[in-house]
Amino acid sequence: MKSVLKAAVAALMIGVASPALADIKIGSTVSETGPASSLGDPEAKTLRMLVDEINAAGGVLGEKIELVSYDDAGDPNKARTFATRLIEDDEVVAIVGGSTTATTMSIMQVVADAEIPFISLAGALEIVDPVQPWTFKTPHTDRMACGKIFENMKAGGLTKIGLISGSDGFGASMRKHCVDIAGDYGIEILADEIYGPTDADMTPQLTNLRSKEGVQAILNAGFGQGPAIVTRNYGQLGIKTPLYQSHGVASKAFIELAGPASNGVKIPGTAILIADQLSQDDPQYAVVTAYRKIYEEKAGSPASTFGGYAHDALRLLVDAINRAGAAEPQAIRDAIEQTKGFVGVTGAFNMSATDHLGLDLSAFRMLEIKDGNWVLLQ
Amino acid sequence: MTELLQYLVSGTTVGAAYALVALGFTIIYNASDVVNFAQGEFVMLGGMVTFFAWQAGVPLPLAALLAIVAAAVIGVLLNKLAIERAGAAPVVSLIIITIGASIFLRGGAQLVFDKQLHRFPGFSGDEPMNVGGVTILPQGLWVVAVAVMVFVLLYVFFTRTLTGKAILATANNRVAAKLVGINTDYMMSLSFALSAAIGALAGILMTPISLTSYDLGVPFALKGFAAAMLGGMGVPVGALVGGLLLGLIEALTAGLVSSTYKDAVAFIVILVVLFWMPQGLFGRKSMERV
Repeated sequence: MKSVLKAAVAALMIGVASPALADIKIGSTVSETGPASSLGDPEAKTLRMLVDEINAAGGVLGEKIELVSYDDAGDPNKARTFATRLIEDDEVVAIVGGSTTATTMSIMQVVADAEIPFISLAGALEIVDPVQPWTFKTPHTDRMACGKIFENMKAGGLTKIGLISGSDGFGASMRKHCVDIAGDYGIEILADEIYGPTDADMTPQLTNLRSKEGVQAILNAGFGQGPAIVTRNYGQLGIKTPLYQSHGVASKAFIELAGPASNGVKIPGTAILIADQLSQDDPQYAVVTAYRKIYEEKAGSPASTFGGYAHDALRLLVDAINRAGAAEPQAIRDAIEQTKGFVGVTGAFNMSATDHLGLDLSAFRMLEIKDGNWVLLQ
Repeated sequence: MTELLQYLVSGTTVGAAYALVALGFTIIYNASDVVNFAQGEFVMLGGMVTFFAWQAGVPLPLAALLAIVAAAVIGVLLNKLAIERAGAAPVVSLIIITIGASIFLRGGAQLVFDKQLHRFPGFSGDEPMNVGGVTILPQGLWVVAVAVMVFVLLYVFFTRTLTGKAILATANNRVAAKLVGINTDYMMSLSFALSAAIGALAGILMTPISLTSYDLGVPFALKGFAAAMLGGMGVPVGALVGGLLLGLIEALTAGLVSSTYKDAVAFIVILVVLFWMPQGLFGRKSMERV
């Protein structure tokens, strides 16, 4: 308790102290606590350790970065308030944050009015489609995850599938996009089941998928405890058709929670999950290895995909400030939009005026769980 | 046929967990007419304390016992520090206090423990049993058996023992209960301890099936509350039947009708029942005191 309090006070003091030394102010509001804390917690840690690292290496344009960070606890109203405070009181030149789609949406309105560049850490396609001039993002969209999964299914000759998804924001959005694009990949969805994000048991839904004639694979779009329970129930029912999970389960914790039933589960993941299996000539090798090392040293826990989003957002921003040659919002925005071939933890970014995400399907890698570990599928 | 049985197995397991939470509501309601909305946090504490004790090397049964005792102590503290202090405040104020306590406990758990999901192994292993094509988790049997056992013990407690009757008397008329020599403060503390212990037990039993985390209390409290209302608030048999019924309706709707409307159907059934029987299925008719 005490040390947590101390850390919080220290974090606040770092946030407000010594403006004379720190000249480039970058703001962040992420969901460090609350329902999205499994995203926001590694994001906040990543931002802090990277800012320290960048400053120790001499800063940006010869000046130090000052990170002003707030915890919006996943509440869109708080996110809006903090975004306004970051811009009006703290006078930051750019904002990184918005762990969830909901918080991102409320920050987007504020940055559009104030004309401050904003890099979001949330998944939904709606954040960058249609393109908003001041908003960028680093995570893949759920539509891309569907595409990657369908690509893999099709290659394996699995064209008739059963879909099961959570009724929460993540599950519902991914379900919608998967249903949307299934036809483009020649995939037919034979059954479509839903479960509540806090449900204790999904065997009824899975029993239906099991008994549905012709289902060749099962796809679960979900986030949090749902996918772990679905995987356990899948094992309990002894279902033999292959199980695909979404990028929402991309952490080691999922394998532990899902137990032995997770063996053989396939997901579209990022390079960070298989950092030790990357070959040295992989373009992402250097950046992924470096990030994993610093995160695991300083945070004492395995690096996650979500922290990777924050890593890429901050590095993109710093790269843009360097290229812009000035820490001015308009110049930074233009520089981010011109980002080309920037290799991050999540993938290689090629931004443009019509693409404020800049990733393609190649950034996803199909992974399979084997004996409690992620293994890269060739 | 196998499918139908599988839905029933799922519904009974989840329903038994709802019933345990509902039984927790019953006790405090019987002692004070208060619906304790912090009941879900006891469920969370049961799972979380057990996990962290188990992870620290304590054997699982001992860790579970520790969690039950810890929850009971916190239940008594909740009564002593918050409910008792409020004195003769109206029941609505007391209910609001329990909502505050629930938020406090959730925040505290987030700081003391962490924000991750956790799980410990089932008491009799995690290998499902296959009975004629229907798979049953041994842990599911544990949940059902313990729920029935707790129900029987509570039923005996409230109808056959002096202490149980004293708790009922405390709720009925506190002044009169004091006049006949019942220590009402003690009865209140006892009911909070019992209720918290049963809540924690539900959390411990369900963690191998549904995992645990600091914010798992709210959904459990909501379903447990709905089950208690359905069966009749304050009646142990109502809590048991209400819980099982709610679990079965959910599972059968998800299996046979549509999983999209699972929760909607469950709550519509509850609304319809309460519309015709406002006291719940087994609830006492409200009595006017003269």
